[in-house]
Amino acid sequence: MLRRLRGRDLGFKLGTGFFAALLVAIVLGIGFELWRQSMLSIEKFGFGFWVGEIWDPVSGEFGARPFIWGTLYSSVLALVLAAPIALGIAIFLSELCPARLRMPLTFLTELLAAIPSIVYGLWGIFVLVPVVRSFEQSLPASLRALPLFSGPPVGVGMLSAVLILAIMVVPFASSVAREVLKAVPGSQREAAYALGATRWEAIRAALFYARTGIIGSLILGFGRALGETMAVTMVIGNNPQIKASLFAPGYSMAAVLANEFAEAADDLYLSALIEIGLVLFAITLMVNMASRLLIWQMNKPVRAPRAARLPVGAATAGGAA
Amino acid sequence: MRHDVVRRWISTIVVWLCGLSVVVALVPLAFILFFVVSQGIQALNWEFFTALPAPVGELGGGFANAIVGTLVLVGIGAAFAVPVGIISGVYIAEFPSTRLATMARFAADTLNGVPSIVVGVFVYGIAVMPFKQFSAMAGGLALGIMMIPIVTRTTEELLKLVPPALREGALALGATRGRATLTVVLPAAAPGIITGVVLALARIAGETAPLLFTAFNNRFLSTDPRQPMASLTVQVYNYAISPYEDWHRQAWAGALVLVALVLFCSLLARFATRRLERLQTGH
Amino acid sequence: MKVSFTPGRRRALVALAAAIVAAPAFLVAQGQINGAGATFPAPIYSKWFSEYGKLKSVAINYQPLGSGAGIRQLTNQTVFFGATDGPMTTDQMQAAPGKILHLPTVLGAVVPIYEVPGVTAELKFTGPLIADIFMGKVTKWNDPAIVKLNAGVKLPDLDITVVHRSDGSGTSYIFADYLAKVSPEWAKTVGVSTAVKWPVGLGGKGSEGVTGLVKQTPGSIGYVELVYALQTKIAFGSVQNAAGEFVKASIPSVTAAAAAAVKAMPKDFRVSITNAPGPGVYPMASFTWLLLYENPKDKAQSKVMVDFMKWALTDGQKFATGLGYAPLPAEIVKLELAALATVKVS
Repeated sequence: MLRRLRGRDLGFKLGTGFFAALLVAIVLGIGFELWRQSMLSIEKFGFGFWVGEIWDPVSGEFGARPFIWGTLYSSVLALVLAAPIALGIAIFLSELCPARLRMPLTFLTELLAAIPSIVYGLWGIFVLVPVVRSFEQSLPASLRALPLFSGPPVGVGMLSAVLILAIMVVPFASSVAREVLKAVPGSQREAAYALGATRWEAIRAALFYARTGIIGSLILGFGRALGETMAVTMVIGNNPQIKASLFAPGYSMAAVLANEFAEAADDLYLSALIEIGLVLFAITLMVNMASRLLIWQMNKPVRAPRAARLPVGAATAGGAA
Repeated sequence: MRHDVVRRWISTIVVWLCGLSVVVALVPLAFILFFVVSQGIQALNWEFFTALPAPVGELGGGFANAIVGTLVLVGIGAAFAVPVGIISGVYIAEFPSTRLATMARFAADTLNGVPSIVVGVFVYGIAVMPFKQFSAMAGGLALGIMMIPIVTRTTEELLKLVPPALREGALALGATRGRATLTVVLPAAAPGIITGVVLALARIAGETAPLLFTAFNNRFLSTDPRQPMASLTVQVYNYAISPYEDWHRQAWAGALVLVALVLFCSLLARFATRRLERLQTGH
Repeated sequence: MKVSFTPGRRRALVALAAAIVAAPAFLVAQGQINGAGATFPAPIYSKWFSEYGKLKSVAINYQPLGSGAGIRQLTNQTVFFGATDGPMTTDQMQAAPGKILHLPTVLGAVVPIYEVPGVTAELKFTGPLIADIFMGKVTKWNDPAIVKLNAGVKLPDLDITVVHRSDGSGTSYIFADYLAKVSPEWAKTVGVSTAVKWPVGLGGKGSEGVTGLVKQTPGSIGYVELVYALQTKIAFGSVQNAAGEFVKASIPSVTAAAAAAVKAMPKDFRVSITNAPGPGVYPMASFTWLLLYENPKDKAQSKVMVDFMKWALTDGQKFATGLGYAPLPAEIVKLELAALATVKVS
């Protein structure tokens, strides 16, 4: 029932609405600015920008494929590594943890998320990279022959980037997954136990119920990995090449922006870099949208199938599957 | 083996695997904290906090400009983000069915996911280029933009948690919606909102990328918002990639200060939340 | 415990906050001047600005972001002065909103640094060999080409990891400029610029980044300004010059490189002295330039910078050798002081 607001109530709505509109304007502004400033590059290269492999500021030839590859490769592998761990943590903290440990362990995993990325980068350069280097050097020659492990064992490169990203993604994905699991109605688990399930099987039932939300949380972690700048640029080697090897140095979209933005000496160069920023913005936007949609879907009450909606007193309050 | 014995074994194994994953996640945390503390504490002395950086390659010098710089930048960011975030959160919570609220909520989620480097590029275009000046204002603006969605979301969620009876009581006494919200509901949610703001402050204090081409960097101690400004994060970055051992030690010390700040804010938030829960639920 | 914000308390808080914010404003150095550019001269510039700042109570904030960034930010006028070791191209100069002067400040050298486990002797390189290494054609430390030049040194069977600059760099310019002169293939495929497309290798940010990477990566080779090798005590090799001698970078060998340029210095001071002819010359030597607008808007800052330059070209030169740079020849200083007179200070 709509009621026309009057006087001071209207003032309140307009006053606060202005700031909400400001928020929307900022996001639109970012998208618009990025678009406007990359027009030069978009007009010159068109779609070829996304598939071109050469990034040559001297000759004015710009192709973003190495950066897209580097970003996607490192983020996907990081997600693959992080997903089971994040899920394990989420399950443990929401279902299995003794109540006394829950608070400190939750706090510790949140602390992992709160550590600034520059600290991760610092730790990455001085601690992780030497460890990865010795690991790479100690790999037997038979494994080194594989394309996945080929190339000189420098330490700096895709493997270090993947490891750091995985560590950073884990707390992020696990905290959202934990929220999602908490939202599973107790009736699901109780029903499972009533049917004689073991702990794992009850958890599995809850996981199945929450599957879209869980996937949403993992995708959210993926989005985090895509945009990570400092930690990656300090350990990835800054070489725009496309190689399958984990040992090879690579480059990511965020890293090239950080390294080359301040000095893009001509307008086309700057425009190409901003177009990379636009691509990054668009990808993270889509990924976040997808994850929010999935998580939101989970919160919607599940509708009972037609046959069950009989008006015969037996009202199932939105829980029957 | 009997089927149910196998099932029970599998269950036990999975339970242990989940516990193991917690350990696996905490191992890097322990590693990082260990290194930051053990390496950083060596360079943490009075000079670190009070001296300016020494010329390139010389020993000594400190992070005074960087520490003050981070405080100023975070302050500017908060001055921008806190009002915008809280008031937009109020709107979303009070008028949730309007189209603007849906758009604003979506915008907040989007902004939360925008990579920090992209925010830096955006702010360079609107706050550095037109004024032909790197400035703390631009850096603070970039940090503020990153902070807004956190504050908005916190405000919205906490306002929703306030018992409707409070708002209805105020309205019943004849208050306008605005008055009811501002004088009754908001103060009730205030402790939680402040907690959220403190956490957001800790988060943006640790940002590096958006400052690279907005606040630039500054060798000198400055509080002038129109000039470039040093920051803990950018200084740690510059020192970390340098070849000087002395600078590496100082970088660890800077990282220690950052982690201590984050830890302090997180603990503060934890205790505040627990206190809040105890107050609200009575135990 | 609930704190009540009575009006009196509120006013006191506001006053306190205002005082906290306002007080440090008095600590701000008056009229700070911002500059950005090359990492090549960063050690001596930071020394100079520190010393001059003490002398004249001015704050000159120089950020070593790389020559490319210096040129760009100067063109955008977000900094007052720039610094570069790769002279601006004609296109870049035309893109700037005003005339920009290149003012040489010191002479420096780019050296090949390396970190090869087990090798303590000084390695010898020729220009073509360095070009081949950086093009990825020579990939192992015990490659015959390297062994031939360094008889008696036990070179391990280790992959060479090339380290170059990931940012736009005048040091890269000097390096590429030299390699283009001695290797036709380099000139054709890679070219000369502050940001070339590197065929192989890892990218480090700034000369500091490159030195840091080389130091930490066994089997790596990179190129940085001499001072970074000296300060971090990292091994660097000698390079064969145009006369066929293997010369290690030093003050005398760098000064010798400038000798020919002294006689034929162009009016705008943009000259390359890599691969200079003559005995005892170090082939990868270069001037480094400070960039100033001839007619900037802020005349007060212009005056400060012009006065600074006059000091740097005279008294400041005494700091050069201590940091591994060669001071400018007197004839060039004279020409520059004359050029400085054209910069508008009022």
